[in-house]
Amino acid sequence: MYQKPLPQPDAGTRPFWEAARAHRLCIPKCRACGQFHFYPRALCPHCRSADLDWVDVSGRGRVHTFTIARRPAGPAFKEDVPYIVALIDLEEGPRMMSNIVTGDVEGVRIGDPVKVRFEDVSAEISLPKFIPA
Amino acid sequence: MADRDPVIVGVADTPLENGLVPGGLSPLQITAFAAKAAVEEAGLSLDDVDGLLTAGMWGNPGAGALPGLTLSEYLNICPRFTDSTNIGGSAFEAHVAHAAMAIEKGYCEVALITYASTQRSDASRNLGGRPAALTFQFETPYGMPTPAGGYAMAAMRHMHDFGTTAEQLATIAVNTRGWAMRNPAAMYRAPLTVDEVLASPMICDPLRKLDCCLVTDGGGAVVMTSAQNARRLNKPAVYVRGYGESHTHWTMGAMPELSRLVAAERAGEAAFAMAGIGPDSIDLAEIYDSFTITVLLTLEALGFCKPGEGGAFSEKGRTAPGGDFPINTNGGGLSYAHPGMYGIFLLIEAVRQLRGECGARQVAGVKTALCHGTGGTLSSGATTILANS
Ligand SMILES: [Zn+2]
Repeated sequence: MYQKPLPQPDAGTRPFWEAARAHRLCIPKCRACGQFHFYPRALCPHCRSADLDWVDVSGRGRVHTFTIARRPAGPAFKEDVPYIVALIDLEEGPRMMSNIVTGDVEGVRIGDPVKVRFEDVSAEISLPKFIPA
Repeated sequence: MADRDPVIVGVADTPLENGLVPGGLSPLQITAFAAKAAVEEAGLSLDDVDGLLTAGMWGNPGAGALPGLTLSEYLNICPRFTDSTNIGGSAFEAHVAHAAMAIEKGYCEVALITYASTQRSDASRNLGGRPAALTFQFETPYGMPTPAGGYAMAAMRHMHDFGTTAEQLATIAVNTRGWAMRNPAAMYRAPLTVDEVLASPMICDPLRKLDCCLVTDGGGAVVMTSAQNARRLNKPAVYVRGYGESHTHWTMGAMPELSRLVAAERAGEAAFAMAGIGPDSIDLAEIYDSFTITVLLTLEALGFCKPGEGGAFSEKGRTAPGGDFPINTNGGGLSYAHPGMYGIFLLIEAVRQLRGECGARQVAGVKTALCHGTGGTLSSGATTILANS
């Protein structure tokens, strides 16, 4: 039984989580200005348009910054310590938080290339995580 | 001095024993005693209070969800100006700004700003805790310890962008301890070295235990009125000369730049413009120090040094006792006390320094002081510029 907090999809974010369940990284792209954004919003944060599309992206990116958690974020994460929490700059532009799954937490560096790998954690939820590319 | 100029006339903080409020008082009791002490120091009574400003994390869900309502009821005050703005630890600098505008407009005469926390008594620091809903559904599932993990990611990026070192961050903790050693009310008063900071356990790389603030209880109150009213009160007035506030994000993925505080830049710029002075005119600064990196980023954002030079600025000991740029003279959140939302204590210390009440840690010749609060996860910034003439 998965003990960690599960994301609670809502009307604005369900397409992202449904795609993730099928192991696709799918994020909003604005039809008005052509730019991607993340996390999903009702209005494009770049041009305020509501004319948005859901588009599969490459799942490739680079480490913008990260930390090695030496203390867990609550008891559910205790057995994972030390683990990497990172901000990933996706190839398509947006930045997202995730974990970098690696046996060498000390070896992670800003700028490292990474690629998405989905982790099935419940019947409904697969979390996009990243591994060194 | 214009009659309606906003001034601070009373401050109080709750005495702690080893970081705890003695007697296990509730947040409401703590607030009541701090409020009474602050208004009485000014020569006023709670009957005079017609503006009530507060922010906190107690009683939520519950009576703390609408803290202004609960406090006015508990204190039996019926305010005509009320403000429960909560932008995290910087809320109180924003409250000073809002009260200043209300006083200038004649919208209220005596404004009371309060804070209370029993987080240490409750042993309630929770590094996870945020429900994975709405914006947090994209962060909480990944186990970022909050708030340390977010600050750590900013520190990591600052090191990458500017070559800032762990030693430089450690000097901020060491300089601050120097001030705490001169403050009998500070929780940590033993001498501290850079090596000791570096030897403390890693929490979230690159931040170590001694890069992180204390976890204490605490309470405080600040009383504001007009310059005209202040003439008949007990304490020399401390004038509010400038203020500014801003915020940019709460989730880390939405922070505009990880090694730069855009909110602090905007708040500081507004406050300096209003005061008609620049960073060179500040004699003393009380800068929110939830973590060492918070201070470094704020020094850069407010223009006390150039972007990327915060590490070198602190390394030279300029902010330590005897240095030419005293900051966090009570020992700060790193060594004095940090009850969750620390911003009210920046104001209390600055006011006492401007009055010359600080004994062994008194900075000579202070005329103009700056307070800058940071809230959320490097999310909000609010600046207050104070002067004693
Ligand atoms: Zn757009």
